[in-house]
Amino acid sequence: MAAKVDYKLIVGLEIHVHLATKSKMFCGCELVYGGSPNSRVCPVCLGMPGSLPVMNKQAYEFAVLTATALNCQIARLTKWDRKNYYYPDLPKNYQITQYDLPLSHDGFIEIPLEDGTIKRIGIIRAHLEEDAGKNTHEMGNFSAVDLNRAGAPLLEIVTAPDLNSPAEVRLMAQELQRIVRYLGVSEADMQKGHMRFEPNVNLHIYKEGQTYKTPICEIKNLNSFRAIERSVTYEVQRQLEEFLETGKTMQMGNKRTYGWDDVHQVTVLQREKEESHDYRYFPEPDLVPVELNDIWLEQIKSRLGELPLQKQQRFIGQYGLSHYDAAVLTADKATAQYFEAVVQAGADAKRACNLITQTGQKLANQNNTTVDKLGISPQNMAKLAQMTDKGQISTSAAAQIMAAIVGKDTNPEQIAKAENLLQTSDAGAIEALVNQVLAENADAVKEIVSKGKKAQKAVGFLMGQIIQKSKGQANPKIVSEILNRKLAQLPGQS
Amino acid sequence: MLEGLNAIQLRENIRSGKIQSRQAAEYALKRIEKLNPSIGAYLNVFADKAMEQARAIDAKVAAGKPVGLLAGVPIAVKDNICYTEGTTTCGSKILANFRPPYNAHVVEKLLAADAVILGKTNLDEFAMGSSTENSGLQKTVNPWDKSRVPGGSSGGSAAAMAAGLCFAALGSDTGGSIRQPASFCGIVGLKPTYGRVSRYGLVAYGSSLDQIGPLTTCVEDAAMMLQVIAGHDQRDSTSVDNQTAPVTDYLSQVEKPIDGLKIAIVPELIDKAEASVRNAVRAALELYKKLGATLVEVQMPHFDYSIAAYYVIATAEASSNLARYDGCHYGYRSPNAHDYIEVYSKSRAEGFGAEVKRRIMLGTFALSSGYYDAYYLKALKVRNLIRRDFTNAFAKADCLMMPVAPSTAFKFGEKMDDPLQMYLADVYTLAVNLTGVPGISIPCGFDDKKLPIGLQIISPAFSEDKLLRIGRMFESKTDYHNQRPTLQG
Repeated sequence: MAAKVDYKLIVGLEIHVHLATKSKMFCGCELVYGGSPNSRVCPVCLGMPGSLPVMNKQAYEFAVLTATALNCQIARLTKWDRKNYYYPDLPKNYQITQYDLPLSHDGFIEIPLEDGTIKRIGIIRAHLEEDAGKNTHEMGNFSAVDLNRAGAPLLEIVTAPDLNSPAEVRLMAQELQRIVRYLGVSEADMQKGHMRFEPNVNLHIYKEGQTYKTPICEIKNLNSFRAIERSVTYEVQRQLEEFLETGKTMQMGNKRTYGWDDVHQVTVLQREKEESHDYRYFPEPDLVPVELNDIWLEQIKSRLGELPLQKQQRFIGQYGLSHYDAAVLTADKATAQYFEAVVQAGADAKRACNLITQTGQKLANQNNTTVDKLGISPQNMAKLAQMTDKGQISTSAAAQIMAAIVGKDTNPEQIAKAENLLQTSDAGAIEALVNQVLAENADAVKEIVSKGKKAQKAVGFLMGQIIQKSKGQANPKIVSEILNRKLAQLPGQS
Repeated sequence: MLEGLNAIQLRENIRSGKIQSRQAAEYALKRIEKLNPSIGAYLNVFADKAMEQARAIDAKVAAGKPVGLLAGVPIAVKDNICYTEGTTTCGSKILANFRPPYNAHVVEKLLAADAVILGKTNLDEFAMGSSTENSGLQKTVNPWDKSRVPGGSSGGSAAAMAAGLCFAALGSDTGGSIRQPASFCGIVGLKPTYGRVSRYGLVAYGSSLDQIGPLTTCVEDAAMMLQVIAGHDQRDSTSVDNQTAPVTDYLSQVEKPIDGLKIAIVPELIDKAEASVRNAVRAALELYKKLGATLVEVQMPHFDYSIAAYYVIATAEASSNLARYDGCHYGYRSPNAHDYIEVYSKSRAEGFGAEVKRRIMLGTFALSSGYYDAYYLKALKVRNLIRRDFTNAFAKADCLMMPVAPSTAFKFGEKMDDPLQMYLADVYTLAVNLTGVPGISIPCGFDDKKLPIGLQIISPAFSEDKLLRIGRMFESKTDYHNQRPTLQG
């Protein structure tokens, strides 16, 4: 194998987002996941003779809202088309989708890269369509069809091939998840299939002054962000090796489909050649085109609000937070809003951030919720931050108090008193303790004075002794000050 | 006592208590029992259910409660309109045992108007045909001459009306399927404007062309039936809203003639029909002139292309609409299938008849990549040109008049071996569906074999009120609609 090959990774994403509307795309069936097979169906989503589709207005509005967030051109006239193909999970044997007049096109998404820079990824189009049902093969000689999902509204988003590393592909997926969750248009849970990402991957290989393009591979079955990144990483290596072995390049019709095997962490060939499907698209005669006027568009746009990346950057500028902290706080909208409420209630931003992202997140995870839903008011969280900042409690006591008031929203001062967690900053009392400990630990003092190997360790030991003697209530900052002053005064120190 | 009554007269008698709804139902059911075996109009008769409905109406009348527009009127429904009673077969083996769990919008409307539904009538399979010979289940004959077809695809409903096996009927019209059998059977058939009547529950053939309408003995009955079934339905996105095109009181207006009526005619089109039809239509125009109307000759240069455009658009839509009959979810499944591809191919091969297969193949071809522009897209352009022809004609006149069909009812088998000849039988009716405007067929004479001839009147979109009044002007001065075939059981 050649030593080093110069190449560029090219990835575009085809994305399906399940919209969290109350009912399905073209009928009144409630849109809830799960439920016993074929329990959430009606003549329309079963495709029974004589039934007719009616567009779900909320789904259209969710789609337009998302497309607006993706900086797309919104079509003022959009229509529906039928995509014809036979499959048992497709009751009508055609899917209602949008072909030549999608509801939006030509936008972009900005994604924060790990180095803190922002990259812009083109969006080719975003359109609405209905989902199919699910075939299952767990009944011996028979296959079964569950149509609960049939007719669920799907937003299909196609990106430009602007992604150039496996991490970028993952970050793009994560940013999209953050956006649709901010907008409240999707639960966007990958495990539950609310979002499906299908990367189209190939390499531009530069060799001896020439550029070779490897055949495009589409990867399916990705159900986590990790799988997205790993599958692309795997494909890079696989395509590189294949090219070096066979020299195969991209041709018309040699696009292949691979499935991600999460157990073995490899991509597996599913379809050799892009089958020349003829979907016989034509305008859906059962639905009327949608005309979007200014008033309606403005109504939809007014629900946009501050988008996550905007918020993240504002947090960095306004609160002096690190890129990382701002990203963690803005990962979901509720947490970001909670943080701002805590700051509003008088907490120092950095302290509030630490309380929320460290102890807060841990407690939230334990309780299977988000920080804002822990039942601690921003006022009490702010008080906790202030007490910590003033040295009234230690950071570990703050964590303890936070855990104690989950769901109760008790005043933290009350807990601190009751649990004896208030620190003493009374210099006189602390000085007495210091003196006592110095007297009791002559060996350690000697080590420090003689600047022995373990001098540093001995100081720590003395600190510990003093704090212990105070039953943990001495403010460590003041203890440290007094101890250091005392040690400096000892003979032999300079 | 019931013989010769039209639906409105019957209703008035039932409302006033002179006739009981159950007498009317019994009368119709007895005639069906006696005559249907030789005519084959009904596929399915719901005697018990009909009597139950009739008794309920009698109870309402007896209790002095208000009753609906169709109080106690026994009605036949074409078997491509869903009704929870019995099966809805579309005249196809593939749906021979299909029982819809829902009523079509029009069935709900009929029941809400206190109609009595007698049964479901035969049709060309999935409404594809002009003679009802394509039914996969049964043969229906023309009550005027049992060696001849009743027309189609609503042949069962038309034959039931002509034979007095109901007092009104519903059909569907995608390319003439109400008007042409009405013409062949000597009754009135109305295709309302596309969007006037909800298609919810009408099994789709060509979705952009299909429309439900009444077949009746007279224009007045058609007005009453339209009154009942018309109006917006939110389950059909293509049904027009009440602001854009309100449903007016068709019935109270129908006797009012149109002053200074202007009738557009295309002389070459009338000339194309066979002599008996041509002459009857010309005589009808003369009568209109006597009633004060003026004739305006217009050009409709694209009218002839309606057959080509129709058979591309209708079959394209049909190829997709009928894809759902795959043996997987409901309907016929081939016992000879071994995997899912065979479930599709064998169920469809065994379940569909020849004409349906032909149209599915034509439509599939027209939509295929590489042919789409040359066929489907071009057909849509032609459709627009035909629309323009109609707009131009209606700028000069209140309505258009022409034959419904080039001939009177033809013999069984006469056109079955030559689909193109069969398609040409629709030459006068297709353009109305392509443009969406309303059209009516009213009896205007008989040929020398005593076979009925229909006059077609076409008016602008959502002007059914006017269309019915124009039709009634002629009907009130003629007796063709009162003539009945002589029938022996």
